[in-house]
Amino acid sequence: MTDTRKISVTVNGVRHDAEVESRLLLADFLRHTLDLTGTHVGCEHGVCGACTVMVDEHSARSCLMFAVQANGKSITTIEGLAQADGKLSILQEAFRNNHGLQCGFCTPGMLITLSEHLRDNPNPTEEDLREVLTGNLCRCTGYQAIVAAGLDAARKMRDSKAECA
Amino acid sequence: MKPAPFAYHDPTTIGDAVALLAKYENARALAGGQSLVPMMNFRYATPDHLVDLNGVEALRGLAVGERLSIGAMTRQRDVEFSSEIADACPILVEALRHVGHRQTRNRGTIGGSLCHLDPAAETPAMMMLHDAVLTAESSSGSRTLPMNEFALGFMTSALEPGELLTHISFESWAKTHGWGFEEYARRHGDFAIASAGVLLTLDDRGAISRFAMVIGGLAPAPTRLSDLEAQAVGATPDEDFIKAVGHAASSVEAMDDAHVSGAYRQHLASVLSARALRRALDRARERSHHHD
Repeated sequence: MTDTRKISVTVNGVRHDAEVESRLLLADFLRHTLDLTGTHVGCEHGVCGACTVMVDEHSARSCLMFAVQANGKSITTIEGLAQADGKLSILQEAFRNNHGLQCGFCTPGMLITLSEHLRDNPNPTEEDLREVLTGNLCRCTGYQAIVAAGLDAARKMRDSKAECA
Repeated sequence: MKPAPFAYHDPTTIGDAVALLAKYENARALAGGQSLVPMMNFRYATPDHLVDLNGVEALRGLAVGERLSIGAMTRQRDVEFSSEIADACPILVEALRHVGHRQTRNRGTIGGSLCHLDPAAETPAMMMLHDAVLTAESSSGSRTLPMNEFALGFMTSALEPGELLTHISFESWAKTHGWGFEEYARRHGDFAIASAGVLLTLDDRGAISRFAMVIGGLAPAPTRLSDLEAQAVGATPDEDFIKAVGHAASSVEAMDDAHVSGAYRQHLASVLSARALRRALDRARERSHHHD
């Protein structure tokens, strides 16, 4: 007999009610049930970081959580980073300007990890970024351009905050 | 790469959690899931019943006083970012920064890491270093056991089937204590090939008045150097002493595996323990001056 649960999860601000099998991973719920295929599944055992999403306030590997555990929680995926009109976030724009991606497979996880880090550390050093990015593997860029994008975004975010103040 | 089917349970009290673990055959407790879920994805672990502890509020939280008390389901990030822990037990914060990555520490728990008991993991080494006392509950009652009796061997804790680790406590060291933690891993966040942790206090003549040291990654469980620790009290921490500590660390029996030899682990233990000791001495000297 299949063990199922009814869950209610808010994803990128939209509430979704669904009945899911207990063993369904959060990553597969996002991709297959909600068709939010921006969250990528690389290794499925918590090593590559491609499936990183925000669960409430903090980043997490969505291949290491069951969808039932997201019940009542608020999830942000790569699809939730840009504004409603499609305008890219400062970090996404910085990835584009600094060539922070080639094949793009790791990019959703990179962006979520760095979004959290820059939110909590507005003034990161290169070393900080290299440390936090140890949780996300990229096989194309050698990380150089990703780190550059992170530093560029941090600078622009500080500038835009200063303008608002 | 998908978990086998299981029945999911989400108790909200310790009583309900242990009742579920007692009731069902082949039931596993789910803490942060950063080790168990990969094992389930690979189907190395195929529990029929999964008892999710994430809703059990009583298993979470920190209390810092003469003794530090940590609920088993306290997330690693909550300890890492606690200013009270940073003040009372800075080595724990330093060691936690080496545990996995930001994303895994956001979910991973202190108790989960202790129960998983990887020989190279930092949290078990820290609990061994602090002579932590662990409390376990089951449907038939609760008991406490010291960390050196909890860590039975390679990824094997003393928990009985149906028993749940509920909290961990250990004594805070004097404010003037020095500490050092060093590890070597091939990439930051990987399990360490070897690690060393040192706690010490100095008397007013600069001699060692209290000393504790742990080596991780060599033996099946983190190892204290009890003989050395006993001899260290009263010793003057000169270069000969540092050399003796490195030598003692390299004599811990070490495992070979597919990646590195036991002899290499012993070499690392010697180098890392000397580094950790130097850091601990520097900090103790700085902190005792600060308190004069």
